[in-house]
Amino acid sequence: MSARPAARATARPRPGRLSPPALVGGLLLALVVLASLFAPLLVSSDPVKPSFSRRLAPPWGLGGSVAHPVGTDNLGRDILARMLHGGRISLALAAISVVIAGAVGIVVGLVAGSGGERVDAFFMRLADVQLALPVIMLAIAIVAVVGTSPAALVGVLALSGWVLYARTVRANVLTIRRLEYVEAAYTLGASDLRIIVRHILPNTLAPILVIGSSQFATMVLLESGLSFLGMGIQAPRPSWGLMLAEGRDYLSNAWWLATAPGIMISLVVLGANLLGDGLRDLLDPGLG
Amino acid sequence: MRAYVLRRLAQSALTLLGVSLLVFVVLRVLPGDPAKMLLPDGAPQSAVDELNRQLGLHEPLPVQYAIFIRSVVRGDFGQSFQYRAPALRVVTERIAATAELALAALVLTVAVGVSLGILAAVRRGTRYDYASTVLAVLGQSLPNFWLGIMLILLFGVALRWLPTSGFEGWRHVVLPAVTLAAFPTALVARLTRSSMLEILGRDFVRTGRAKGLAERAVVLRHALRNAAVPVLTVLGLQIGTLLGGAVITESVFAWPGMGKLVVDAIYFRDFPVVQTVLIFSATVFVVINLLVDLLYTVIDPRIRYS
Repeated sequence: MSARPAARATARPRPGRLSPPALVGGLLLALVVLASLFAPLLVSSDPVKPSFSRRLAPPWGLGGSVAHPVGTDNLGRDILARMLHGGRISLALAAISVVIAGAVGIVVGLVAGSGGERVDAFFMRLADVQLALPVIMLAIAIVAVVGTSPAALVGVLALSGWVLYARTVRANVLTIRRLEYVEAAYTLGASDLRIIVRHILPNTLAPILVIGSSQFATMVLLESGLSFLGMGIQAPRPSWGLMLAEGRDYLSNAWWLATAPGIMISLVVLGANLLGDGLRDLLDPGLG
Repeated sequence: MRAYVLRRLAQSALTLLGVSLLVFVVLRVLPGDPAKMLLPDGAPQSAVDELNRQLGLHEPLPVQYAIFIRSVVRGDFGQSFQYRAPALRVVTERIAATAELALAALVLTVAVGVSLGILAAVRRGTRYDYASTVLAVLGQSLPNFWLGIMLILLFGVALRWLPTSGFEGWRHVVLPAVTLAAFPTALVARLTRSSMLEILGRDFVRTGRAKGLAERAVVLRHALRNAAVPVLTVLGLQIGTLLGGAVITESVFAWPGMGKLVVDAIYFRDFPVVQTVLIFSATVFVVINLLVDLLYTVIDPRIRYS
């Protein structure tokens, strides 16, 4: 996973630059993130307050008005406003979870990789346990017990994500420790902490970035999946997964209710996946 | 080999023990008062006291865990209060439906994923390659609950070709299986492609071609067999995705399997059923991955465990 021969990297067409699909992915992601971030400036409609006089209005161009370009939902709320405001919650939860999962995973990986055989075996068995349980099942069980607060959701998402980082960092620590210059640093009396901070972490940054970017997609999917099942963000707050679940009952007469939020989720996940693939090709060709 | 099998068996047992500990902590320690959690709302105090005694809740935590493990090993997962029957029986009654769905999805994943991957690798750089890559990227990006709803909208509501819920006959399994298979199929297609590309560049493939083997034999008999090991590993790990994905897919299509059972159980706070499903799923995952590990030696005789 690390210390690959340089030959593999040079086999790529244009080294040092993101591929066009990755750029498109980054752009998609940036677009959705910015639109969500500036939602209050972009849309004037209230995402939460019902307005029963304009229930189930179709999108603009299909019999609807420009005032509600994506139509309105079963309670007459503007769907575009809910999509953008919902994005703020979903994206923020996913981003915070990725950071926490990354931090926990990196620490566990470093400890497992440099803490001796027993510590290593303990954490790797723990990772096995985590992998053996389907994430969504464990998540709904935990959420059912501790509640659906945003903090609980972040906790559940982060819990599902640490293993990948831990395994990668651990493998890197084991490889890098055996490299000559690190052994030389040990011989010169460098402390474990110094070795980790100066030599191991910088060499592990690339795979961590790659995992983080792809995992952002997974977190968005997981959060919207939980909200879809009614175990994530609670009504009336807007959330993509929740909007989808609400729209399911109106498939035969108002298809846009369920269609619109799914497009947002797909765009974010597609963007993050493309960006993650591009970053992997660029930073760590051996990881794929 | 025997030592390896024994070691892997011990490792699997340890993993399952860890799973039971995790489930114990989540459902018995976190809630504070598990007896209230494991009983329906409004259960009389006498029932709470009785369950407290049965679960040994006055004992220290390690003893409680030992009691928990002892009943789990005996197959006693408690009573489902939603169905008023042993939780294990409630769950096993639903396994067939989930197995049917998961198997259909697995067949789709292998058939479509591996074919797409081979096609993309053999026709590298052509439109077949690009088309299969685009399909794979989409398959990995569309959330399965949305894909399911869109399939219902298209094939159920608009075209009226296929039923959108229910459980009778092969027509009912089509949409849920496609929904569940989308993500693993995409993953397998991409992996098969990269794995095949690597193998197709090897010397023995060139030798095969040089000695006049038909291209079909080179690709299917020689290259695919060598490319199969990483694909098989990922398939084993995807069992978790299938079981987890079944939770959402079954909810979308009202498929009466384990996934829908566990979601309903959470709504009814039927925790004995939840813990049974969790432990059962983990056991399936661990056993299948153990089998996959052992299968390597059959597919690739060069792999010898010591």
